[in-house]
Amino acid sequence: MTDTTDTSGPTDTAVLCARGVHKHYGTGAGLVRAVDGVDLDVRRGETVAVMGPSGCGKSTLLHLLGALDRPSRGEVWLAGRRIDALGETALAQLRRTDVGFVFQAFHLMEELTAVENVELPALLAGRSPRAARRRSEELLDQVGLADRGPFLPAALSGGQRQRVAVARALSNEPAVVLADEPTGNLDSAATVEVLRLFDDLHRAGQTLVVVTHDERIAATADRLISMRDGSFVDEIGLTGGTRRDLGALVGLEG
Amino acid sequence: MGRVLLVGRLAWRDLRRRRLEAALLLLATVAATTTLTLGLVLSDAASDPYEHTREATNGPDVVAMVSAHPRERPDHPEGAGAGPAGPVDIVVDEPADRAALDELAEEPEVIDHSGPFPAVAAEMQAGDLTSDVQAVGRDTAPAAVDQPQVVRGDWVADGGVVVEASFADALGVGVGDPVTLAGRSFDVVGIAVSAAAPPYPKSLCFAPMGCASGGTPEEVAGLPAGMLRDPGLVWLTTPDVQRLATDPLSLSYVMNIELTDPAGAAAFVEAHGVMSPEAPILATWDEIRVETTELAREARTILLAGAWLLGLLAVATVSVLVGSRMADQTRRVGLLKAVGGTPRLVAAVLLAEYLLVALAAAVVGLVVGSLTAPLLTDSGPGLLGSAGTPSITVPTAAIVVAVALAVAGVGTFVPAVRAARITTVDALADTARAPRRTGWLIAVSARLPVPLLLALRIAARRPRRAVLTMVSLAITISGLYVALVLATFLDDTATLAGGIEDARTEQLNQVLLVVVVIVLTMAAVNAIFVTWATVLDNRHASALARALGATPRQVSTAVASAQVLPAFAGALIGAFPGGFALFHAINAITGGDSDRVSLPPIWQLLALVAATVLVVVSLTAVPARLGGRRSVTAALQAEMA
Repeated sequence: MTDTTDTSGPTDTAVLCARGVHKHYGTGAGLVRAVDGVDLDVRRGETVAVMGPSGCGKSTLLHLLGALDRPSRGEVWLAGRRIDALGETALAQLRRTDVGFVFQAFHLMEELTAVENVELPALLAGRSPRAARRRSEELLDQVGLADRGPFLPAALSGGQRQRVAVARALSNEPAVVLADEPTGNLDSAATVEVLRLFDDLHRAGQTLVVVTHDERIAATADRLISMRDGSFVDEIGLTGGTRRDLGALVGLEG
Repeated sequence: MGRVLLVGRLAWRDLRRRRLEAALLLLATVAATTTLTLGLVLSDAASDPYEHTREATNGPDVVAMVSAHPRERPDHPEGAGAGPAGPVDIVVDEPADRAALDELAEEPEVIDHSGPFPAVAAEMQAGDLTSDVQAVGRDTAPAAVDQPQVVRGDWVADGGVVVEASFADALGVGVGDPVTLAGRSFDVVGIAVSAAAPPYPKSLCFAPMGCASGGTPEEVAGLPAGMLRDPGLVWLTTPDVQRLATDPLSLSYVMNIELTDPAGAAAFVEAHGVMSPEAPILATWDEIRVETTELAREARTILLAGAWLLGLLAVATVSVLVGSRMADQTRRVGLLKAVGGTPRLVAAVLLAEYLLVALAAAVVGLVVGSLTAPLLTDSGPGLLGSAGTPSITVPTAAIVVAVALAVAGVGTFVPAVRAARITTVDALADTARAPRRTGWLIAVSARLPVPLLLALRIAARRPRRAVLTMVSLAITISGLYVALVLATFLDDTATLAGGIEDARTEQLNQVLLVVVVIVLTMAAVNAIFVTWATVLDNRHASALARALGATPRQVSTAVASAQVLPAFAGALIGAFPGGFALFHAINAITGGDSDRVSLPPIWQLLALVAATVLVVVSLTAVPARLGGRRSVTAALQAEMA
């Protein structure tokens, strides 16, 4: 169970850290505690899966960790820097370089091709068009979509779109990739594609925080945290053997 | 009948659901219909004071004038040798043929007449101002035809002069003021109005050397020597006029004729107007009325041109509004089709909303236009009474309604038909209209700084909207170009002979100002609305850009710039080819003389473009800023809802 009274700062190896984070909406009788006192440390290269039923606050937590939203109370540290009190401009700059997002609904720009979608964060970060395009093509190759670069999202399958979204999230080599229900809109086959991709990223040492209510995603995680009613209720560390067994169960092996 | 009621009910309910958009639609169309109504009824409104004056003074049906015969005498005698011909002088060496007027009075169509009265040209000095005048000798007793109505003071008396009311107002003279006529001193004994001649600075010319009215300084410089410039009208006793006419050749004669049928005045002139120097010059009461209401016609031209511009701007507003609303009405279309609505019924419902608004705008425009027409037709002191509220004729109402329906129809027909053709399943799924892809723009934008990168891509997502913005600005700036030309021309012709200010110029400037203000207001409303529509349309894209690292300021700047880029293009088009083309088109339609005006210099046009960009930036800043600050998570989650 999570110790909500932990007030120590981030550890040396933590790339992402939350201390006593709360997020409330409304007041009085209408008060909703979306996140209710969460402490979390994510080490470099670690994959953490946060699971729980719909409405338990998983996505809200992810938004707070990724500087898309500000907590009502508490501290959030990212790459050694406290972010909960930063202004919008600083947060945006942070999102360019330290955070990559993968959304359930993909959120690709419909009028941009796959390669143009992937290069967008690099362009926003001020990279030259040539460097951004080169990086984009490398990433598409990495996710197995080298030949789909010129295609619009409408011409891609669900799994392919999500892989483009993953490639986009990696565009600026972020410190952490945050994935919000990455397989929520995918069929079984596409889910396995994306799970393989996350597994590959994990093996490559990318730090990942994945929010999901799909147990299969646990096959790629080092830690599995259960969340309910805005709080962490359980945490399980997964050994290498356990992960392999789970991976075989969901078809990641072989 | 049931279907008609159904269509009407559905259209009305949807309008009530989106009141702000309906109000904006109404405002845009009312601006056009009101200006159009003003333009169409202004002449009728302006005729009232002349009719009133004619009735009060028993105005003539025909005015007949004879003067000494002028002819041209070149400076160099014929055959004098080589060299260019010099300026031509007008000389007078045959007296006026008064008998010709007496013969005219005997014609069977003439039931009564007054005169012939002697008239002479002179120079009048009143204080610091000097002006040419035509002095007409009248009896002290009232005349049967054309008895000018004294509005201040008394009628003519020996040693006294009665000044025509508009002329007195321009000179600033009143009863009792001393004036000098041809070097002789007189006192102003009265101020009067008459329907036998148009009010100053217009005139019926009695003088042998001819008269010129208004004109640019260049035109005035080229007038023949001896020609009267902007002569005023004064009345003296007949002996006083004869004393002024030191040379018998300088006397003219004026006779006012009443016909058995005033409507036959044109036929009378046709029958008796002989084209020879010694024959009487005839002018009908209708020709005098036309001269009197020239100001209203000039104002009408400005208003009609403004109405066309506003109509085009309204089409742009309607197009953007309709495009935005159709995206929200897709699901409603699906529901209608799912319960059995045919594509025709669906199109009818969609069109009916806008046609209802157009009809309402036509009615409002007709009412407001006719009620405000008298405010723009100040007849001045030269006529009795003021302009009344003109009645709306069937042709006027038909034109205004047709224009309003055309504005609504042009802006809505294609989107309505497109929406009606969508399949039921797609409509129920409420598939958002995908943004357009313009590959080369996306490639070019990658080389630009982040705000411009985003701006170009925002504009490229909805190219039709960018084109509408550009066209709106081009129309507006073209209108301002024409207004600049007109304002400069009015300034050039504002000063009459003797340094007297032309009061009509101020009135026309007011009309011009009203039209310009309305056009600029509608353009500003357009700009704000288009920006807001862009903000709403780009909620998801803007939120995504911020999630990927764009700052709120970059996003706000991009949304504003997405309007500024087409606005700049539109301003350039309007300032350079657009304004020039519009001016010449108006000139061709009205039969004006474009050689009389000066076109705006390049620096003025560049300043106009720069000012336009600055104004668009300021107008779009607030909605763009609001759009850039919206919650990222809320916008992204709304997309999933």
